[in-house]
Amino acid sequence: MLNFLNTIINGISLGSIYAIIALGYTMVYGIAKMLNFAHGDVIMVGGYLVYTGMISWGFNPLLAILFACIGCTMLGILTERVAYKPLRGASSNLAVLITAIGVSYFLQNISLLIFTANPKSFTSVITWEGISLADGQLKIQGITIVTIVAGIVVLLALQLFIKRTKAGQAMLAVSEDKGAATLMGIDVNKTISLTFAIGSGLAAIAGALLCSAYPVLTPYTGAMPGIKAFVAAVLGGIGSIPGAMLGGLLLGVAETLSKRYISTQLADAIVFAILIVMLLVRPAGLLGKKLQEKV
Amino acid sequence: MMLEVKDLEVNYGMINAIRGVSFHVEQGEIVALIGANGAGKTTILHTVSGLIPAAAGSISFEGTDVRKTPGNKLVSLGMAHVPEGRRVFAQMSVLQNLKLGAYTRKDKAEADETLEMIYTHFPRLKERRSQLAGTLSGGEQQMLAMGRALMSKPKLILMDEPSMGLSPLLVKEVFHIIEFCHEQGITILLVEQNARMALGIADRAYVLEVGSINMEGNAKELLESEEIKKAYLGG
Ligand SMILES: Nc1ncnc2c1ncn2[C@@H]1O[C@H](COP(=O)(O)OP(=O)(O)O)[C@@H](O)[C@H]1O
Ligand SMILES: [Mg+2]
Repeated sequence: MLNFLNTIINGISLGSIYAIIALGYTMVYGIAKMLNFAHGDVIMVGGYLVYTGMISWGFNPLLAILFACIGCTMLGILTERVAYKPLRGASSNLAVLITAIGVSYFLQNISLLIFTANPKSFTSVITWEGISLADGQLKIQGITIVTIVAGIVVLLALQLFIKRTKAGQAMLAVSEDKGAATLMGIDVNKTISLTFAIGSGLAAIAGALLCSAYPVLTPYTGAMPGIKAFVAAVLGGIGSIPGAMLGGLLLGVAETLSKRYISTQLADAIVFAILIVMLLVRPAGLLGKKLQEKV
Repeated sequence: MMLEVKDLEVNYGMINAIRGVSFHVEQGEIVALIGANGAGKTTILHTVSGLIPAAAGSISFEGTDVRKTPGNKLVSLGMAHVPEGRRVFAQMSVLQNLKLGAYTRKDKAEADETLEMIYTHFPRLKERRSQLAGTLSGGEQQMLAMGRALMSKPKLILMDEPSMGLSPLLVKEVFHIIEFCHEQGITILLVEQNARMALGIADRAYVLEVGSINMEGNAKELLESEEIKKAYLGG
């Protein structure tokens, strides 16, 4: 029983990381109507930035995360400006998708060049041991707790931002109708840029948490979590913020449960099987709107 | 002069949709732009409000050349546009839609006053302020689209087929709202397929036929013209 509980808690923690990544996917999709397949690699860049800050420059963990957030935010704005914006309004969505895959490889190879393929062993940003319950039978690590709390804080902050600020309302308007948003006086390009900035900043946080929980960092670290977060976003209903959160959590719990009780090797296959079943049963995702929007 | 468009040309790829159109709107006027489906009315309004680029010609708003001004910048200059098909933000509440209308306004207290004014004149919007705009009826959505435009405190409103798809009773109501906007001192450029109603309310009118203007003049005179009667008023 305690074992099961422990697995669930770890699943929620992993799921919170997926959720934070999925939020970036889903926001960019909702507003720019594109799948940013390079999003996962921004996590990896975030991981390296935290690593560099902490190990090479001796920053304290918080400062290192802040540094990574700023770095990734700028990276997000830059890739959007250089790679995606020129293609906006292009006749084919495929062009943007292929460009995103190109950006993904570009980021991986740049990291390969700078940091080499040798795995870096990451030092956790959280030094807290965690808590011990039930006479030491149930140990919850500090990073696990911090990750869950971070997930909740990010979700609440984002909801508040979207509901309460003008920029947040502008995002909603742009996601529904760019032309009508322009007629309100909203600068659509700036709004898209802001969305990339927020998504990439969140990716840096996800990178720091991910590398702290699974402390091996290579240029390919972001690829798999990126794809799983994409699955989470689709599962929850792409474009929906609570959906991304729910999808991420479900995926994290499903993955840890499969690893614990079925098979470590099969866990990823199970995750993708869940996606396929979901797409068959409810193509719009758990919290997604019906797919009646204009194509 | 509120708005002056000269020799406007607009293309969609290889298609030449607007071919040298010139017209103007004086301060305080209601000017109607009528014409059959596909004549290019929406294209002209979209070009004036900066949603699509002009290939040639000039557009000046209160004497400033705005042909190259991005659409979102025109709002704070005093131009509002109630687009064809209303295009309210369906997933947002009525109040959120109205507030987005005031997106460019700096003074929150003044914007709140405008909101109160709109609530007074459109009590139905007030009743439904927390409802999602997508759940409103067609007439209510049109009202919301017009209220949203008023929220920017415009000098000029471009209206694209505000009566489209509405019952005769609601059409009347929509035209009352247009009159109300006009009484607030707002200049109006009205695009309509309902030529009778449009000419009835307008001071002057232009008749558009496949990308060019082929008639213009006093609205009441056009209403009496045999040619207009035959082509646009059903005999
Ligand atoms: N996005 C577009 N792409 C290509 N052609 C268009 C587009 N929008 C309108 N058109 C064409 O331009 C012409 C004018 O259309 P429009 O301005 O919508 O006319 P109206 O508003 O008078 O009904 C039509 O022939 C229409 O088919
Ligand atoms: Mg039209």
